[in-house]
Amino acid sequence: MSTGPAGQAFRRGLRAGTPFAIAGFLLSVSFGVVAQDAGLSALAAIVMSLIVFAGSAQFAAIAIVGQGGTVGAAIGAAALMNSRFLPMGAAFGPSLPGGPLKRAAQGQAVVDASWALAARGDGSFDRWLLFGASAAQYVTWQAGTIAGALGGDLLGDPEALGLDAIYPAFFLALLLGEAHSRRAVVVALLGAAIALALVPVAPAGVPVLAASLAALVGLTGSAQAAVLEAQEAEGAPR
Amino acid sequence: MSPSVVLVAGCALVTALLKAAGPIALGGREIPLWVTSVIVLLAPALLAALVFTQAFADGSELAVGAETAGVVAGGLVAWRSGSIVACVIVAAALTAALRAL
Repeated sequence: MSTGPAGQAFRRGLRAGTPFAIAGFLLSVSFGVVAQDAGLSALAAIVMSLIVFAGSAQFAAIAIVGQGGTVGAAIGAAALMNSRFLPMGAAFGPSLPGGPLKRAAQGQAVVDASWALAARGDGSFDRWLLFGASAAQYVTWQAGTIAGALGGDLLGDPEALGLDAIYPAFFLALLLGEAHSRRAVVVALLGAAIALALVPVAPAGVPVLAASLAALVGLTGSAQAAVLEAQEAEGAPR
Repeated sequence: MSPSVVLVAGCALVTALLKAAGPIALGGREIPLWVTSVIVLLAPALLAALVFTQAFADGSELAVGAETAGVVAGGLVAWRSGSIVACVIVAAALTAALRAL
């Protein structure tokens, strides 16, 4: 794996994922602090990052526990927040070889930034690039959580430091990298409008899931023609 | 079992199941052009929804705060410089500065 195409793609992923890993480090420091404010032990916060590794779900779950909600409600919020992994996994799935179990295991590596980085723009994904980008982010996500959980007292109030602005800024930078075409910009604005319209009436997580409906713009003939063109330019249509 | 154990294990389980579902259902097969065309546009739709729900909402209320200005400034930096690290640092710094006023 060190010199083959897979290894090269993995290293490209590590490099491409590094800026996101640095941003993720700052974010996970604030997670480590906030989790303890919500009543989790330092160990529980660290284990959560180790085995959940999904920022928005982790923040959503501890926010509910911190506001006095039940554990069931917190898990439900995490599930809704992560429901976007259904369409993302459905997009990634056709690019994965192997049987169902092997594909399911590879699907665990999907996080937002890696998924966006690995998308080739023709509907297929570079899976080794995704694994590399996720590996870089996994390491710093753990380091940041440990730093925040054990050293949070030294840091002070995460809101006073503006750490809560990091997460949306992180996704905005990803979005700017994705929106190459006028069609993508229109879909982004449509997705944002759907989500914002649902915020006052739907539980957390549902607005983002529902925003995936904006991608149905892809059913138009002109959108399909653009994909066909991208696939032919790629030279290896799948 | 303590509530923390249930919380952490429950979140890990639902996340793993959600990440597994797509690859199990749609693995390693040719997919029609119209599906691909929708898939390509999922990223801008989902990413924009994540950005806007966090920058313009506080819980279940639409709200503009210091973090909104921070995120907009971070976006400008990302657009001009292409650096995500600069983007998040500017976003956090401006948000913190506005809150300190």
